[in-house]
Amino acid sequence: MTTAVKTDLAIFELALRMGDNALILAQRVGAWCGHAPVLEEDIALANVALDLIGQTKMWLSLAGEIEGRGRTADDLAFLRDARAYRNVLLAEQPNGDFAHTLMRQFLFDAWHHPMLLALKSSCEKRVAYIAGKADKVVRYHLERSEDLVIRLGDGSEESRERMQAALDALYPFAGELCAADAIDSELAERRIAPDLSGIGESYIAYLKRTLGEATLNAPWDAATRKGGKNGMHTEELGYILAEMQWLQRAYPGAKW
Amino acid sequence: MKNEWPLWEVFIRGQHGLAHRHFGSLHAPDAEMAIKNARDVYTRRNEGVSIWVVRASDIAASAPGEKEPLFDRSNSKIYRHPTFYDIPEEVGHM
Repeated sequence: MTTAVKTDLAIFELALRMGDNALILAQRVGAWCGHAPVLEEDIALANVALDLIGQTKMWLSLAGEIEGRGRTADDLAFLRDARAYRNVLLAEQPNGDFAHTLMRQFLFDAWHHPMLLALKSSCEKRVAYIAGKADKVVRYHLERSEDLVIRLGDGSEESRERMQAALDALYPFAGELCAADAIDSELAERRIAPDLSGIGESYIAYLKRTLGEATLNAPWDAATRKGGKNGMHTEELGYILAEMQWLQRAYPGAKW
Repeated sequence: MKNEWPLWEVFIRGQHGLAHRHFGSLHAPDAEMAIKNARDVYTRRNEGVSIWVVRASDIAASAPGEKEPLFDRSNSKIYRHPTFYDIPEEVGHM
C-alpha cells in the first residue's frame, strides 16, 4: 500500500465522522416533528434536522468519492451496520425531555461551529467547500441553542432543574468531540483538519462561560464516554438504524 | 391557557419588496424569540431580508362594527376621485 491510500483513508474517516454526526443527530431531532411543546419549536427543530440532513448528504457523498468503490451517500446512510458508523456517542443519546434534546444540541453545536470554521481552511478543497456551505447555518443553530439553554437554565425552578439534569447526563459525552485519536492527529498534521486539542480548549472555555450564565454546573471532572468515532456505539444506535434503514433493507433499491 | 406565550404579528420585507408586509402571527415569550421563531416559521425559503415583530396586543385596530362610518364614503362626491385627468406620458408611473 502506498502513502496516498493511507491519506485517503484518513479523509474518508473525517467525512464519515462529520456526516454520521449530522445524520444521527438529524434522525434524533427529526423525531420531535409533530411532538414539540409548541408549534414554533416544532418547526425550528425540524429545520435544524433538515439542515443537518443536507450536510449529511455532502459529507457522505464525499466519503463515497474518496473511498472510490462507487458507494453513494444513500448507500452509506442506509446500508452500513452500527459498527461502521462513526458518529460520536453524544449524537445518538435519546431525546428524553425537551431539556435533554436541547442540551444535546447545545453541546454539539458549540463544537460543530468552531470545527466547521476551522475546516473552512482545510487544504483538502472538497472539505473546505462543505464546511463553507455549512458554517453559517450551524452558527444559527448555536445561537438558538445557546439562547434557549441560558433562558431555561436561568429560568424557573423547574426549567433549571431539568436543564441541570440534562447537563449531568450528557456532559460526559461531550469530551469525545475533542478527543483526538491517530486519525485526527494525521489529519491535523496534513492540515486537512484542525488540531482537536485547540478546539477542545476553546470549547471548554466557551461552555464554562455560557453554562455559568445559565446558572448551570457541568460535572467537569466526569470521565469521558467515548467510542463512537471508532464504531463502538451504545445500544441506542441499533434502534435508530433499525427505524432509519428498515425500508431499504426490506425493499432494496426502493425509490420514491 | 394562562401560561401561554403572547401573540406576535410578523412583518417581513421580501427580497425585492419595498415595505414590510404582514406575514402571519406566532407565539413567543419576548421580541428576540419572536424574531427567531419568525425566521424559522416564515423565512425558511429566503423569503425575506428584514423582520419586524410587534405584540398583537399593541396593535390598535378599527372595529368591524365601524365599517360603515369609516369606509362607506359618499360615492356621490365624484370629484374626490381624480379620474378626469389625462396624465401626460412624461409623468411616468403614478
